[in-house]
Amino acid sequence: MIRFEDVSVTYEGAARPAVRGVDFEVPEGELVLLVGPSGTGKSTVLNSVSGLVPHFTGGTLRGRVTVAGRDTRTHRPRELADVVGTVGQDPLAHFVTDTVEDELAYGMESLGIAPAVMRRRVEETLDLLGLAELRDRAIATLSGGQRQRVAIGSVLTPHPAVLVLDEPTSALDPAAAEEVLAVLQRLVHDLGTTVLLAEHRLERVVQYADRVVLLPGDGAAPVCGTPAEVMAVSPVCPPVVELGRLAGWSPLPMTVRDARRRATAAGLRERLAGRVPEQRSTADHAVGHAAGHPAGHAVGHAVGHAAPLAEVRSLAVRRGRVDALCGVDLTVAPGETVALMGRNGAGKSTLLGALVGLVEPGSGTVRVGGAVPHRTRPRDLVRLVGLVPQEPRDLLYADTVGAECAAADRDAGAAPGTCRGLVSGLLPGVADGTHPRDLSEGQRLALALAVVLTARPPLLLLDEPTRGLDYAAKARLVGVLRGLAADGHAIVLATHDVELAAELAHRVVLLAEGEVIADGPTDDIVVSSPSFAPQVTKILAPERWLTVAQVREALA
Amino acid sequence: MGVPPLERSREWGRVGAAAPRKRGRVKPPVHPGAWWLWSLSLGVAASRTTNPLLLALLVTVTAYVVAVCRTRSAPWSRSYAAFARLALAVLLVRLAFTVVLGSPVPGAHTLFALPEVPLPHWAQGIRLGGRVTAEALVFALYDGLRIATLLVCVGAANALASPARLLKSLPGALYELGVAVVVALTFAPHLVADVQRLRAARRLRGRPDSGIRGLLQVGLPVLEGALERSVALAAAMDARGYGRSADVPDRVRRTTAALTLGGLLGICAGLYGLLTTEGGGYGLPVLLAGAAAALAGLRLGGRRSPRTRYRPDPWDARAWLVSGAGAAVAALLTLASVRAPDALHPGVVPLVAPTLPLWPAAAVLLGLLPALVVPKEPS
Repeated sequence: MIRFEDVSVTYEGAARPAVRGVDFEVPEGELVLLVGPSGTGKSTVLNSVSGLVPHFTGGTLRGRVTVAGRDTRTHRPRELADVVGTVGQDPLAHFVTDTVEDELAYGMESLGIAPAVMRRRVEETLDLLGLAELRDRAIATLSGGQRQRVAIGSVLTPHPAVLVLDEPTSALDPAAAEEVLAVLQRLVHDLGTTVLLAEHRLERVVQYADRVVLLPGDGAAPVCGTPAEVMAVSPVCPPVVELGRLAGWSPLPMTVRDARRRATAAGLRERLAGRVPEQRSTADHAVGHAAGHPAGHAVGHAVGHAAPLAEVRSLAVRRGRVDALCGVDLTVAPGETVALMGRNGAGKSTLLGALVGLVEPGSGTVRVGGAVPHRTRPRDLVRLVGLVPQEPRDLLYADTVGAECAAADRDAGAAPGTCRGLVSGLLPGVADGTHPRDLSEGQRLALALAVVLTARPPLLLLDEPTRGLDYAAKARLVGVLRGLAADGHAIVLATHDVELAAELAHRVVLLAEGEVIADGPTDDIVVSSPSFAPQVTKILAPERWLTVAQVREALA
Repeated sequence: MGVPPLERSREWGRVGAAAPRKRGRVKPPVHPGAWWLWSLSLGVAASRTTNPLLLALLVTVTAYVVAVCRTRSAPWSRSYAAFARLALAVLLVRLAFTVVLGSPVPGAHTLFALPEVPLPHWAQGIRLGGRVTAEALVFALYDGLRIATLLVCVGAANALASPARLLKSLPGALYELGVAVVVALTFAPHLVADVQRLRAARRLRGRPDSGIRGLLQVGLPVLEGALERSVALAAAMDARGYGRSADVPDRVRRTTAALTLGGLLGICAGLYGLLTTEGGGYGLPVLLAGAAAALAGLRLGGRRSPRTRYRPDPWDARAWLVSGAGAAVAALLTLASVRAPDALHPGVVPLVAPTLPLWPAAAVLLGLLPALVVPKEPS
């Protein structure tokens, strides 16, 4: 269906090709997953299927890409629109109209499909994607998962033979992600659609893939094969595969179900029996159930009985007619890492906003380091609490990293060079003259983090920090945040990434519809929740193992 | 139709509040073009008179129809109030100018006198301050009221039918232009949201989030973001088939261009004739000829675009009634302005109290027809 013949793409002004030696074929009706670290050209490969590379982006494409027999050199994207449906990383940038039904019809209108056919397909697609209730809704009022489904629906209605998706689940909560993936699987199984998708969160998608194409980067040619073959050599892999590698299973398990069977059959359970996961010790053992458990890596600071850094009491916030938050209580102690989890739109970002004074409480109180955030001058507040927003770019104004650092020092009243020092620690090898826009997603996050940390706030908030990060960047972030927590920083992260929460958090707070529905130690909360449990927990349940690292240490 | 409109609308409202939202569509909304024709016709009617009583009646008619017929949940339904405020502001500005700058209208009834500012001789003909006469004020009031009524009519059109939906029913040849306008219309809210988000982000950097400097400093990132988003949108639209075109012979293309251009010129000339008092004779025929030529051009141009339309709003009997009611008001008032100019333009010098001319007032009331034929949607 899709054929890459020795394709290499060089963008204008780039010294090296973005991808080269891409040579594989996607047969009809298969779901093929494109994996690889950030910056290895996944988006380039995806966009060359729809013809956007090179027709829209410019640059030189060598070799040949054919889709359903059409050569993308001679067919412009609009002439491929009837065979290829493309959804980019940000569904909002994809919408042309303002209501769900019109959006579903838009593509068909451009293709000149007969009105009666359009009507039928819109109804079918509404049912297929579970959007019937939302048909008249304005797109701006939809949640992230709903938007992603509308975006998929909007390219599905012209019945393309090929669907190309760039990170369809990375902005979604676990439940919404499963919804979207279930739809994709249905398309592949029932309609025979060919799907090519790229995704960083392999733990969500690898089990659905028929084949995996790995772009290793550094100019190496892509590796193509079954998921088990490719995962055996891939530098990026989900926890289930990592556990399989650790236990030496072959072939590697791709699903939690496979791995559970192996764990019993291959004796991993016996080897782990009697061992207890190493506890993450926090300063605040008020939440602890940990009596009797061996104390883990010592925090090393005498922060044991310090007053809470942040205190939220029966906080309520209204947004229009909706209660964004109601009756929320939360305390955060020094040295503690708290993960806020819950659906898209559950109120996580609003709670972070209230802690940093961006959102004024409707009722209830918020205190951070003794101050009321929304009444405190920004200059003083940055010394108490810092937030890295969902889009780290929002924090960056200057056109070079050096200028950004100098500005951060001035804003925070810190000694010149403070921020640059932090940047060098977090991001070795980034030159002063680099434009923040040219940094990768992970590097930009690190720069924003350094900017926020320049004022040395004891409370650090991160909103969805792992969106768009590959496993390596995520591992670096985890290391940095652990170090900060060990230094006594309190960290609150709002995240959909259950694996990140399992790695980092001492405590998990679950939000739903603006209320706190669970608050407790990570292993208590995630073990009992099917959608928020990390893969290792699911594999080794009912034992309370959270991460591969814990298992590795226990086996060592 | 025995139920008076007010009773009827209450009845609908109560049923709507009590019953859960009905599944499916009861009836498709009236064609947006019909609403625009109705509103603009009322605007034309307003431009034919300066009688404050008739103008007030026109405003009342639009207000009532908007209150009964608009879709309450739609975001554009609030634009009537915004336009009404704008109209009031225009009226007040018109009055203020008369007070401060004086008026060429001669008058005998001096209400009060402002101290006159002596101006150098090169500013002759301009007056600052001085006598303010009742005649001048009344003239300004009538004039301002007419402009205000026009604005209110445009506001009614906006509140009753989304401009985006109207653009959707443009002929095929104008479709791409229509999409560009729709995208621009949805872009403004995004831009506002971006500015708010970035100003909030300034707070996170420890800089004040208010003040003009804050706004200026986020300007560049906001523009960058808007630019990036429009590039992404353009890519998405291209990939979804925007701008696919069919091949047409050169002769057809040239004819299209000639017809469209000539037609548009004709429409401009005709409108000018209609709106100025001198050109009453040639205005209408030229306008109609221009419109016909332009429509033919558009129809021919539509051959270039292979696109089809999803669930177009049908132009049904209600649409005929709505647009017809508006057209009747405009036609009758135009007729009245020719037949009985004194009733429609009450005298200012000498000052007389305006009276309500009976049959033009009855004609204006025809504009209420949509409130009867278009039931309010249960919300």
